[in-house]
Amino acid sequence: MMKGIKKIKKSTRSNIITYGIVVLFFIIVQFLVMTGRMSSSLRGQLVPIAAYIVMAVSLNLTVGILGELSLGHAGFMSVGAFSGVIVASTLQDQITNAPLRLAVSMLIGGILAAIVGVIVGVPALRLRGDYLAIVTLAFGEIIKNIVNVIYVGFDSNGLQMGLNSAKSIQLEDGGKMVLNGPMGAVGINRISTVTAGFVLIIITLIIVLNLMHSRSGRAIMAVRDNRIAAESVGISVTKYKLMAFVISAALAGFAGALYALNFSTVVAKKFDFNTSILVLVFVVLGGIGNIRGSIIAAAVLTVLPELLRQFNDYRMLIYAIILILIMIATNNEKIKNFINKIGFMLDLKTKNNVNKGGTAK
Amino acid sequence: MKKYRFQLVALALIVSIFTLAACGGGTVTTTTAAPTDSGAETTAPADNGDAEGKAIKIGGIGPLTGAAAVYGTAVYNGSKIALEEINALGDLQFELNFQDDEHDGEKAVNAYNTLKDWGMQILNGTVTTTPANSVTPESFADRIFALTPSASSPTVVEGKDNVFQLCFSDDNQGIAAAQYIADKNLGEKIAIIYNNADAYSTGIYEKFASEATAKGLEIVSTTTFTDDTNDFNVQLTEAKNAGADLLFLPIYYQPASLILSQSKAMEYSPKIFGVDGMDGILTLENFDTTLAEGVMLLTPFVADAKDERTKAFVSKYQEQFNEIPNQFAADGYDVMYALYEASKKAGVTAEMTAEEINDKLIEVFTSADFSVDGLTGAAMTWSESGEVSKQPKGMVIEDGAYVGMD
Repeated sequence: MMKGIKKIKKSTRSNIITYGIVVLFFIIVQFLVMTGRMSSSLRGQLVPIAAYIVMAVSLNLTVGILGELSLGHAGFMSVGAFSGVIVASTLQDQITNAPLRLAVSMLIGGILAAIVGVIVGVPALRLRGDYLAIVTLAFGEIIKNIVNVIYVGFDSNGLQMGLNSAKSIQLEDGGKMVLNGPMGAVGINRISTVTAGFVLIIITLIIVLNLMHSRSGRAIMAVRDNRIAAESVGISVTKYKLMAFVISAALAGFAGALYALNFSTVVAKKFDFNTSILVLVFVVLGGIGNIRGSIIAAAVLTVLPELLRQFNDYRMLIYAIILILIMIATNNEKIKNFINKIGFMLDLKTKNNVNKGGTAK
Repeated sequence: MKKYRFQLVALALIVSIFTLAACGGGTVTTTTAAPTDSGAETTAPADNGDAEGKAIKIGGIGPLTGAAAVYGTAVYNGSKIALEEINALGDLQFELNFQDDEHDGEKAVNAYNTLKDWGMQILNGTVTTTPANSVTPESFADRIFALTPSASSPTVVEGKDNVFQLCFSDDNQGIAAAQYIADKNLGEKIAIIYNNADAYSTGIYEKFASEATAKGLEIVSTTTFTDDTNDFNVQLTEAKNAGADLLFLPIYYQPASLILSQSKAMEYSPKIFGVDGMDGILTLENFDTTLAEGVMLLTPFVADAKDERTKAFVSKYQEQFNEIPNQFAADGYDVMYALYEASKKAGVTAEMTAEEINDKLIEVFTSADFSVDGLTGAAMTWSESGEVSKQPKGMVIEDGAYVGMD
C-alpha cells in the first residue's frame, strides 16, 4: 500500500492533497452546521469564502501560471454577478428547482464573463509587456460605471433594459426592477448554498489542476518562462495566453454569480479596484503559482477581519500587521526551511520531499 | 544580526497566533465599549455579566471605517449619548453593541451575524442604504425588529413588516423639495446636477423630476456626475446657458462645496436648493462659508436650534466628541429614544426573546396613538409600510448659520 502511494506521480499526489483539504474542510463544516455548533457569524461567511477561493484560484491561473498581471479580476466577477442575478430572477417561475436555477445562472454568468474575457484579452494579450495589467485595470472601472447606468426590469413581456434612469423603461403592473442603476440589484432571492460553493471549488480545481498538467498547460508555462523559446518550437503564444485568460475570466464569472445570489443586494461599487487587489493579495500571500496556497490564503484572510472584531478600532491595523508578517515570513528562507523540516519529519517514508514548499509550482 | 531578525519575526508571529487563538476560541461578551450602566459610570467592563440579565441588547451596524465613516460614527456617538441618558432614567436598561460594516453589503451581513451570536434583541441599523438592503431581509427572516436611523431608500422597508425608518425616504424628500419650491415660488427655471452613480442622489432626483413636472415647474437642464468628479464646469455652463435661476442639488455636501466655489468662479449665481445631504457643508474643513450664503436646504435637524433638548444634546456631543453633531448623530439619538418609548409602552423586558419583542414593537409602532418627539422632528409617527411621517424644515444659510425659512 505504502509502495503504491510512493509510486504515484509527485504532481498527482500533490493534487490529491489539495482536493483532500477541500473535501475534509467541507465535511467538517457540514458536521458543525448539522450539530449546530457553528456560530452564525462563521456560517454566514461560508459562501463568500467559497466565492473568494474560486476567485483566487482563477486569478492564480492568470498571474501564476500564465505570468501576466491582471488588476481587474473583480470586473469579471461583476459581469458574472449581475448576469447571474438577471438570469435567476427571470427564470424564477420557469425553473422552480433552486439548485438548478443557481446552476443555470452561474453557467450563463460564467459564459458572459468568458466572452468579455475574449474581448479584453484579444487586443491586450497580443502585446508584450505590462499591457494586460493596464487594460484590465481600466476594464474593472469601466464595468463598474456601465453597470451603474443600466436599468433592467422584468414583467410579463419579458426583460426590458434601459439606460440612465428608471424612467427609461415602462414596466407593467406586477413588473419588477431587477437591476436599478447605482442602487444595484435589490431583493435578490438567495439561492446560493455552501454545497454549491463546494461543488464550484471542486470543479475549479479539476479545471485548473488538469490544465496545468496537460499539454496546453505546459505550453502556457513555457510562454511564461520564455516567450521566444516557446515561439521557436511552434507554440502559438496568443492562443495559449488567451486560453488561460479566458478560463480564468469564466471561473471568476461563476464565482460572481455564486457570490451575488448569496446576498439580498449587490451593487456595482462592490466589484471595484479594491476587490481586485484583495483577490490579488490572496494570490500573492498564498504563493504565486501555488493553487493550494491560494485556497488557504483566501479562506484565512476572509475570516480574519471577522475574528478581529473584538479589537474594534484597531481591527484593520492588526489585519494589516498580520498581512505584513505573513509576507515577511513566507519570504524568509529560514522559516521556509523550518517548515520544510517539519514536513520532512512528518513524512518519514518519503525522502525526496524536502522541497515540498515548491511542489505545486 | 540576521539570526536575531528571524527570531524576532518568529516571535511576533507566535504572539499574533496566540492572540488570534485566544480571540477565536473565547466566547467573551463583546460589548463594544458601550457603557452598559451609566448610572454608575465607573462600572468595569467585567460587570457586564450582571447587567446582561436586565439590559435589553440593542445591536447597531454602520460604517465606522472607510469612506462613509462620518455617518456611522455620528450615529454611533449620538446613540451612545441617548443610551447614557436612557439608562440614567432607570426604568429600562439598554446595552448597545455597535459593529462596523465598512459601507459594504457583505461586511454588514457579517456584522449582523456577529450581533446575532451576541444575542441582539433589537437592531438599530443600518446607517447606510446598501448594507441595509442586504441586512434587513435577514432581520425580517429572523424576526428581529429593526429601526434604521438613516438608510433612506424605500427598498429598505419595502415588503418587511418589522423594518422601520427614522429618516425621510428618498422618495418623500424629492417630492417634498419639489412641493416646497413650487409653493414658495423659489424659481421658475430649474437646473439639476446629481450623482448618477449614487443611489441616494438618483432616488431623490427621479421623484423630484416627476413631482416638479406635475407642479408645473420647468426643468431646463439635467446633468450628472460620478463619485470621483472634481470639475463641474461642464454641468454649470450648461445650467447657465439654459438660463436656470435655481439649481437643485440632491447630493452630498463634498461635491456641493465644489459646485458652489466653481459657480462663483464663473460668476454664475443662481439660487441653490439642497436636501439633507447638504447638511454638514458649514463644518467642512477649509471651506469658505461665505460661498454657502443663501443656500436653501431641507433638513430634519439643525444644530443651532433654540429648543432645550437640542441645546443639551449639542453641548453634550461637543463635550464628548469635540465636534458639532450633524443630522446623522441626531438620527442615532432619536432611534434610541424611539426604541425606548416603544419598549416602555409595549412592556418589553430583557427576558423576552427577540421574536416576542419584535411582535410587540411592530404593534406599538403601527398603532395610531404612538408618536415620538425627537431632535429630528416633533410627533413622529410611523405607517404600516415602515416609513416615518414628520415635517421637513426649510432652512436657509445666513451669516454662516441655518435660519428657518418659515
